[in-house]
Amino acid sequence: MTGPLKHNAVRNSLSTLAFLVAGYLALSWAEANFDGYQTQLLNLVAINAILAVSLNFIYGFSGMFSLGHAGFMAIGAYVSALCILPPAQKELLWLLEPIYGPLAALETPFVVSVLLGGLAAAATSLLIALPVMRLGGDYLGIATLGFAEIIRVLFTNLAYLTNGAIGLRGIPSYAGIWWNYGWLAVTLFVVLSMLKSNFGNVLKSIRDDEIAAGAMGINTSGYRTMAFCLGGFFAGVGGALMGSLVTTIEPKMFNFQLTFNILLIVVAGGLGSITGSVVGAAAITLLLEWLRIVEAPLTLNFALAADDPQLCAAALAVCLASGVFWLRKWRRGARRPAAALAGRLIRGLTLALALTALALALTLALALALAFLGLEMFPDFTLDVPGIPGMRMVIFSVALMCIILFRREGLLGVREFSWDGFYDRLGRLARRLGSGGR
Amino acid sequence: MEADARAENENGLVLELNEVAMRFGGVAAIDGLTMAVPPKKVVGLIGPNGAGKTTVFNVVTGFYQPTAGSVAFEGRPLSGLTPQAICALGIARTFQNIRLFAQGTVLDNVMVGCHVRRRCQWWMAPLCLPRFFREEKEIRLKSYRLLERLGLAPLAGEIASSLPYGAQRRLEIARALATDPSFLLLDEPAAGMNPQESADLMRFIEEIRREFDLTILMIEHDMKVVMGVCAHIWVLQYGRLIAEGDPDQIRGNPEVISAYLGGGPKAEA
Repeated sequence: MTGPLKHNAVRNSLSTLAFLVAGYLALSWAEANFDGYQTQLLNLVAINAILAVSLNFIYGFSGMFSLGHAGFMAIGAYVSALCILPPAQKELLWLLEPIYGPLAALETPFVVSVLLGGLAAAATSLLIALPVMRLGGDYLGIATLGFAEIIRVLFTNLAYLTNGAIGLRGIPSYAGIWWNYGWLAVTLFVVLSMLKSNFGNVLKSIRDDEIAAGAMGINTSGYRTMAFCLGGFFAGVGGALMGSLVTTIEPKMFNFQLTFNILLIVVAGGLGSITGSVVGAAAITLLLEWLRIVEAPLTLNFALAADDPQLCAAALAVCLASGVFWLRKWRRGARRPAAALAGRLIRGLTLALALTALALALTLALALALAFLGLEMFPDFTLDVPGIPGMRMVIFSVALMCIILFRREGLLGVREFSWDGFYDRLGRLARRLGSGGR
Repeated sequence: MEADARAENENGLVLELNEVAMRFGGVAAIDGLTMAVPPKKVVGLIGPNGAGKTTVFNVVTGFYQPTAGSVAFEGRPLSGLTPQAICALGIARTFQNIRLFAQGTVLDNVMVGCHVRRRCQWWMAPLCLPRFFREEKEIRLKSYRLLERLGLAPLAGEIASSLPYGAQRRLEIARALATDPSFLLLDEPAAGMNPQESADLMRFIEEIRREFDLTILMIEHDMKVVMGVCAHIWVLQYGRLIAEGDPDQIRGNPEVISAYLGGGPKAEA
């Protein structure tokens, strides 16, 4: 067989196995050496990846613009929390109204509770899929957004089930690294095995042209409902893990901001790329945390900065990223045809911003290097920057605008990581190095 | 009733339209159309622009439910069936304005066509059942063989929307054939082709008809193609059937000539 039927099945399976072992070792190492804060971040990356993959499955692959993710998460989180809260804790929690009878004594193992959370979310998505699947595009987005708000209001008012606005406290924190990454692996496995099979083609065909898909004998509304429910299931799982990770949930937590963050990950990573969603989840979760720096009052002093590992890392990251970006641009010599004035202005503005950031980062890097040698650049220079609450989101919104303006397809577009591509690239790199050496 | 229809079908008609009407508000796109398509032949449906030809296709493939009359496929009434159910019965179609799955590869497009015949369900994929993988392999192989047959194999890995126009038309036919149809509807297969390409297409249509044992009904404006390949022709104007017969009868029919040239029968003289 030739062409697209050729496979390097053995090599690829071995590579996957090696990757899993490496991942296991890395997580074990992290479990032993990370402090509480770092572990929390690592867990958040996994949960956000689950949520992003599930939203991408619905939006990127099946073409349904859904803004109801916070609703599914809320259902998953509450169902799971009700299952794992110890009866004694439940007695303490429900103060305003007594808890609904059968729930008081309920206690299940964690894995069962997460499954139940996912199933409850899937059942709810099936329920709303029936009326909503007829809508397309923006209308679906608005309808699902409304659904998420309804869930939030319901959970605030059904006090005998959810303890109302007080929320649930003291949820046992079972969701450690292994549970979270285990569920991430399950999510990726299920979603990828679907997408890599012909069912992936079927879903994408419905996204690309629903009429032609129907004429090819595909039950379009059935498959859309299926995709919506499967996405809802994993959103519920993500919510359940999130509840157990943060140990306190309340209806207010599941607002639109939560959906927006996940949407940001999906769009930034690339609609229609699972690899993009995972990479995006890691990058944006970590950046959201790192950028807390800009919200805290900041004293810029290079001697001090050198002692702050986070700041150093951030400076280095900015340096590297912008360096790589401009280098690639130079080498390609990409000169786009002169665009309209507005386009040029925006491009000029971002270029100026990027250059300023680059200059700042370079100065910082230089100062850090000097500090290592025991020297100090500008020893008397200090700059006080007051903290601006909400600055993170401003930066993220600007970043989102830049993505939409300059790289609409996101970080990875619809490309996926594959071992074939990986080895191809490796081979080409080796050849280039080999020929360069001669 | 259905049994009667089946018994009647012993005479072997593939498609029967009986007094079919399709109205959109006040506009009658088809008005009292009666057609009987014989099996294992290439037949044509022609008429000036806006005559209702594509509407006939949409009625037959279930995209529209006719406002009056009945449609039967191999003796089986089609009323109330969805497009996907009709496709499963063995009717496949192409579209006038090509409708490929633009972001998928050529092979992906054909594989989507194979889906309607598959037995495994979606939830079998994560369970890694051996028969799922076997079927998956069969689909891939069948699609690739089909591409080889239609001369598209070298393009199998290309993105469908990047193909040249003629290849896209061919791919649409390949995708339709992947659904294992017994009856194929081609909507203007020769649109936008030069005379050489049209001549190739005529041969190609005759070949696939024989090879896949099909009945083919095509809409076409290119009279050379229609007269050259069709055994029987129906002519529509303003949603009404104005003539039917073999190519020679149609060629000499004054009403057809006036419909195409726009004059009364006298304008011909």
